[in-house]
Amino acid sequence: MTANIEATAQTALAPEPATRNARPLRLITCGSVDDGKSTLIGRLLWDTKAVKEDQADALERDNRHQQNDLGLPDFALLLDGLQAEREQGITIDVAYRYFSTDRRSFIVADTPGHEQYTRNMATGASTADLAVLLVDARAGILEQTRRHATIATLMGIRQFVLAVNKIDLIAYDEAVFNRISGEFRQFALSVGVTDVTAIPMSALLGENVVHPGSASMPWYSGPPLVEVLELATQRTAQTVGFRLPVQRVSRPDESFRGYQGTVAGGSVKPGDSVVVLPAGTVANVKQIVTFDLVRNAAVAGDAITLVLDRHVDVARGDMIASIDAAPALGRAFEAKLVALSADAITAGKRYWLKSSSRRQRVRVMPKTRLDLKSGQWEGAESLPLNAIGTVHLDFDEAAMFDPYETNRNTGAFILIDPDTNNTVAGGMIVERTTRVDGIDAGGERDHVLLSLPEHLADRLMASEAFAELRDHVEIRRVSGTRAAAVLKDVD
Amino acid sequence: MSETKPPLDPNLKALESEAIHIFREVAAEFERPVMLYSVGKDSSVLLHLARKAFFPGRIPFPLLHIDTGWKFKEMIAFRDRIAAEFDLDLVTHTNPRGKLEGVTPFTHGSSVYTNIMKTEALRQALDAGQYDAAFGGARRDEEASRAKERIYSFRTPDHRWDPRNQRPELWSIYNGQIRKGESVRAFPLSNWTEVDIWRYIQAENIPIVPLYFAAERPVVERDGMLVMAEDARLELLPGEVKRRETIRFRTLGCFPLTGAIRSNATTLDDIIGELETATVSERQGRAIDRDEAGSMEKKKREGYF
Repeated sequence: MTANIEATAQTALAPEPATRNARPLRLITCGSVDDGKSTLIGRLLWDTKAVKEDQADALERDNRHQQNDLGLPDFALLLDGLQAEREQGITIDVAYRYFSTDRRSFIVADTPGHEQYTRNMATGASTADLAVLLVDARAGILEQTRRHATIATLMGIRQFVLAVNKIDLIAYDEAVFNRISGEFRQFALSVGVTDVTAIPMSALLGENVVHPGSASMPWYSGPPLVEVLELATQRTAQTVGFRLPVQRVSRPDESFRGYQGTVAGGSVKPGDSVVVLPAGTVANVKQIVTFDLVRNAAVAGDAITLVLDRHVDVARGDMIASIDAAPALGRAFEAKLVALSADAITAGKRYWLKSSSRRQRVRVMPKTRLDLKSGQWEGAESLPLNAIGTVHLDFDEAAMFDPYETNRNTGAFILIDPDTNNTVAGGMIVERTTRVDGIDAGGERDHVLLSLPEHLADRLMASEAFAELRDHVEIRRVSGTRAAAVLKDVD
Repeated sequence: MSETKPPLDPNLKALESEAIHIFREVAAEFERPVMLYSVGKDSSVLLHLARKAFFPGRIPFPLLHIDTGWKFKEMIAFRDRIAAEFDLDLVTHTNPRGKLEGVTPFTHGSSVYTNIMKTEALRQALDAGQYDAAFGGARRDEEASRAKERIYSFRTPDHRWDPRNQRPELWSIYNGQIRKGESVRAFPLSNWTEVDIWRYIQAENIPIVPLYFAAERPVVERDGMLVMAEDARLELLPGEVKRRETIRFRTLGCFPLTGAIRSNATTLDDIIGELETATVSERQGRAIDRDEAGSMEKKKREGYF
């Protein structure tokens, strides 16, 4: 939180032109072709001069029906890079676009909007700091909008821009804009998102994208999209415990032994006490080595070589962490999963799990699946392509993770099918668990029996919080009389 | 180079760290990596990042240069100087068909020539070295089909790219699982833009081929392109006049296929200033991209970088 505030303050102090004083902001755009997504991205690239004349010429060359009324190129063609996409007029895959202003550089993950491409959206959202949700002012919030917001939230995005596009087609009606943005804010709150900026916009006419649209919308006093992006905060992993997943051991000669990796959380300095996981060996940091100089500190995001003060056994896949704030170490974890493959994630199947630089065997047990229409979590035994669900992970050997909520780097993983070598799921750790094997486990008075009407119980069980903890709960459906009798037996 | 070098700005620092991370990951996961080295500005940045990634050790893999035989002379001189200075394991390969069948950019046209002397040559060299991972300096901002390329881009045993069937790539977790014969092309500069490359060259004082800087050089105008007329193998066509102009290159490749631009940019500051007001993309000077729509995608499917 502190870091976020600092980042905002930093960017708010008008930086010198032509120096990028921040890391590139990564964002994802969600919406379908009909909402004008390609036009919006095209407009961003065009108005920030990221598209050059020869690229626009090439568009005109391969396309006869090109050009819109404004004499601009057909942006969709510029963006759909693959031949199959141009032929079918649809966006299939995630594409990355780059543009910059004097203040900041931006990386846009441009993903298709249709439901069958949930996996592409999840891919784009995995690295994004902010999501731009596009709606057609004439249509308002659709089921698709809610679905995109849900997926983005799940993947850890907490900043949203609602771009109410085609506002020119409803005569710049402020009341309609207010209704749509109000409806979205309410929905966003229900999924825990408070940071929403709504912008009335005409991507086609370039109003409130890069340049202000005040001539047509004097009633809108907020910033155009690019200004919101310039000031957006970045997720930082600098305030959590130190984490260095070891990628490789550097031993150029007998006298030097360094552990190379990218700091995945917190910060480190010479003298710090660290623990090497999973072994649990303790050591102190002697040196932080980089090509340029020996440094006196490193923070999350830095690629470094760490030298310890004693000889300990460290290999690729191990994690060097702060001794007083180590990640959870265990053989069983709960996680959320996005299924990315046509082959469903099936109960009991063994996969390779890769997280940071560590790869290990895991058995996956699906528990629930999110119904994207209703927002409810329902029981599930497998997760087909594009499904989002909760799973239980069982490892053969110790694994280390942080909850994804706390640290996106050390809480994320992918599953690889050992039969096909394909990446079949992306996952986010919820927490470490110990399997509750029946009611006998545990001591006196550490269990709670709840009895409640079925409709209330169903609502409770469909909630996200419950879905994550389902493994811990024993459920029986009985009549009200029987429930009363059971409870009577207990004090 | 000196202690007074100012720290990188956060933008370049983030890009640098990401690239180093990718280098280390590939070097750790694959048995026989190789780095494609084209001698151009992106390769120069790539090489610099590789040196940083493995410091204080040496770069733990060879560099491969596909020499078509038609590169600018200054490029070859620069390559050999750098290889010696940085103590690199440099492998060069030229497709023997060039000599045997007399394949040249003039006799066979740019498309056939590129396919044989670059794409086929690359496949030969990768097979000969049994490399299971190859680093390349491609950037996603260069061209539309590259915008969709993964950082770990999977290739079949015959080096083909299937853009419809790419592995999803989430966070910065890369799937390096392959079967024998399959390979991965890895792109540490995926998220860099052309301006980032130049700013980084400036900030890190990275040596580059002098052809990137403006100087008076002999040129002829051919098919709307300014072709450098220094090599005796460039025969003037009827009506073509060789003259001296102040030019430079935005990209470097084979001299008959790489167009120069008229420019007075003699310093990195000049080049960056020129870029910020440029109205055409860097690949505009490349004849091979202009053959047909989707031409880069087609070449990539066949194994081109």
